[in-house]
Amino acid sequence: MKTPLALAIAAAAFTLSSAHADEPRHGGTLNTIIQPEPPGLVLGMIQNDPTRKVAGNIYEGLLSYSTDLEPRPQLAESWDVDDDGLVWTFQLREGVTWHDGEPFTAEDVVFSADVFHRDLNPSARAVLDHIESIEADGDHTVVFTLKQPFGPFLLSFEAGTFTMVPKHLYEGTDFRDNEHNDHPIGTGPFKFENWDRGTVIELVRNDDYYVDDLPYLDGINWHVIPDGASRAVAYENGTVDVLPNGTVENFDIPRLAELDNTCMTEEGHEYFSPFAMLWMNNREGPTEDKRFRQAVMYAMDREFARDVLWNELGNVPLSSFGSNARFQHDGLEPYDHNPDRARELLDEMGYDGEEVRLLPLPYGETWTRWAEAVQQNLREVGINVRTQSTDVGGWNQRLGDWDYDLAFTFLYQYGDPALGISRTYLSSNIERGSPWNNVGGYENERVDELFNEAATAFPDEERESLYREVQEILHEDVPVGWLMELGFPTLYRCDVKNLVTSGVGVNDGFKDAWLDR
Amino acid sequence: MLYVRLILMRLLKAVVVLFMIIIFNFFLIQMAPGDPAAILAGEAGATDEAFLRQLRERFGLDQPLYVQLWRYVSGIAMLDFGYSYRQGVPVLDLIMARMPATLLLTGTAFVLALVMGIFAGSLAAARAKKPSGSLIMALALLFYATPLFWVALMSVVLFSVYLDWLPAYGMYTVGAGHTGLALVLDVAKHLILPATTLALFFMAIYTRMTRASMLEASQQDFVKTARAKGLKNSVIQRRHILRNALLPIITLAGLQAGQMVGGAILTETVFAWPGIGRLMYEALQQRDYNLLLGIFFFSAALVIVFNIITDLVYRLADPRIKERS
Repeated sequence: MKTPLALAIAAAAFTLSSAHADEPRHGGTLNTIIQPEPPGLVLGMIQNDPTRKVAGNIYEGLLSYSTDLEPRPQLAESWDVDDDGLVWTFQLREGVTWHDGEPFTAEDVVFSADVFHRDLNPSARAVLDHIESIEADGDHTVVFTLKQPFGPFLLSFEAGTFTMVPKHLYEGTDFRDNEHNDHPIGTGPFKFENWDRGTVIELVRNDDYYVDDLPYLDGINWHVIPDGASRAVAYENGTVDVLPNGTVENFDIPRLAELDNTCMTEEGHEYFSPFAMLWMNNREGPTEDKRFRQAVMYAMDREFARDVLWNELGNVPLSSFGSNARFQHDGLEPYDHNPDRARELLDEMGYDGEEVRLLPLPYGETWTRWAEAVQQNLREVGINVRTQSTDVGGWNQRLGDWDYDLAFTFLYQYGDPALGISRTYLSSNIERGSPWNNVGGYENERVDELFNEAATAFPDEERESLYREVQEILHEDVPVGWLMELGFPTLYRCDVKNLVTSGVGVNDGFKDAWLDR
Repeated sequence: MLYVRLILMRLLKAVVVLFMIIIFNFFLIQMAPGDPAAILAGEAGATDEAFLRQLRERFGLDQPLYVQLWRYVSGIAMLDFGYSYRQGVPVLDLIMARMPATLLLTGTAFVLALVMGIFAGSLAAARAKKPSGSLIMALALLFYATPLFWVALMSVVLFSVYLDWLPAYGMYTVGAGHTGLALVLDVAKHLILPATTLALFFMAIYTRMTRASMLEASQQDFVKTARAKGLKNSVIQRRHILRNALLPIITLAGLQAGQMVGGAILTETVFAWPGIGRLMYEALQQRDYNLLLGIFFFSAALVIVFNIITDLVYRLADPRIKERS
């Protein structure tokens, strides 16, 4: 009885797969681009974007996230929390092996979190500060005990931030000089094969991957092409199939998107959800005055920037919280483009035409043009702006030394205000030398209180009311200018299927991808 | 014997010059705004005080300047160029891995420019009063005046995108797994566009210079004598005129050869050629001081070597120089 049924199902499946091309197929190597070339591939040691993109296929975290930022099992099969929100128990998947054949166990998790990341990884350290202890309970159970409840705890386990690294290769060594850094060993769907510096990084299928049938691709080639126009050509002449965000200049996107067999998606950046901002120096000069900062908000035509410079991708944010971070307050009155109101505010404060310096972000053409547009907007309302040009090194230095009046930047939001937003406004986060903390020098006791309470409030409803109040204050104070939530499109050939399946997009998207050709 | 002494003397001077270059570069780089730890931390997108301190300690940037300089210079004496801050790999390994690609590209461009330039220039000189001579000169002027990046991009549009004859970028076909002769042909195909682009400018200069100095040499008395003796015109052109016209071209060729390492940044970037020029540009952007200093050192060394070679070639071309020196 059993066999005929199985046969019938198999036959049905066969007819289905020949009728629809939706049945995933094995085989094929995908060609894509990595820009710029990453400094190394050991995630956990390096967390910049190019490293995440490539190594997100080699390494994994305990959890992954859907495009709605719901946690999904990855190396952890399931998780539990006690009633106080303090003790989190993760059940690990069994039968997982590292690429060198050793089993992945709870000891690896404890080592990665408590030793490796505590030593090397500033973004993980911010989360580790909230953790009292991390303990293994047998081979497949890990218990995290928090000092107090921490709202975004479940959002911190993404592979790029909380990478699992093999204890048996790293324990007791100098991590940065470890010989295995040249040949990263993870648990992911693809294995490191070869890196010809300046030309290509090659990954191959992990035949022992713990999910049956996955991945579908035989491998991925990440081409290194330093020139933007040449990268566009590489897509046009068919050498590469996928252009991850940021690989071609913005003005090329509409042209490329119209090519045959080309699809574009804006999904897959929900976790990072880059938020472009205008740093304003809250310490000195005209930008110290709240009314000046409000005037800047009214003076800027952000819709224009989105439609013309960013090809209508992305959206104009209401205020300090982006739409992909939780707890956005949608009842605030937006800062629409209103030059008259801006002039009023400037008159009211008695702005005397003192020169302000504007520092663009040296990340390519679009950013340069954006700075020009903002300069134009500000001049319209009578603000005397001078643009300074610099390279990435100089930009870092100026921001780190607080030597600017207005400066472009963008920051990741990581899905929760406590992970990606509060750092911009907390006074405890004012520190010379880094362009990513509270560079503007904004200090407000009530804001500090609210952010700190909200991070550890439990349950979510309590967080919500605290975050509403903080957004109202920030909206009034305008410590920074909120420019845009950037749309980061991925361009790809339409016959590459299942490319973007998670909230981190192509960073781990090749696991499910397959070629319909 | 004379040559050996000459070379030894020049090499001794070279060591002194190189030492001065190392010191000069070291301080020059310190003056650039932006420190490597901040840039690395910036690239990471998140940072705290501990992270910056770790990086500075690791690179020795927390030490006073004279200690850093001493460490660097004494390292070089042992052929240790330190570690690349960004990539964590010995500088020497990075440079050695990229050097062959750059030498292949610039060497090919050099030979191409020299041979084609002298050939076209001689032709233009021989046909100075004919339209074909003017046409060559017009083309030379065009290539001389056109920006290199534009030539590069247009040749990609024409030969790669429209005609699909030549690969647009890279040094070999990724994933093709070629070996032996197939690999050589594959690389040669990838070499055509960047090498030609790089060669055009100097080719134009050689053409103009060859023509001018050949026309000048042809007015000299010994040429008239040779004509009066009834020598064949082709022999006069080659042995009497061209040989005497070569000296300024050798000078210029020496200069071009010296630029070989540093001069290919643009071409290497547009054509994604994995060479030193690109490495240098990236190192500069990243404030990867050790790597940058290492590359400066090697390009300076190459300039010196080519200067010595140029001097030797002078002596071959014009035996009178030997007596004077």
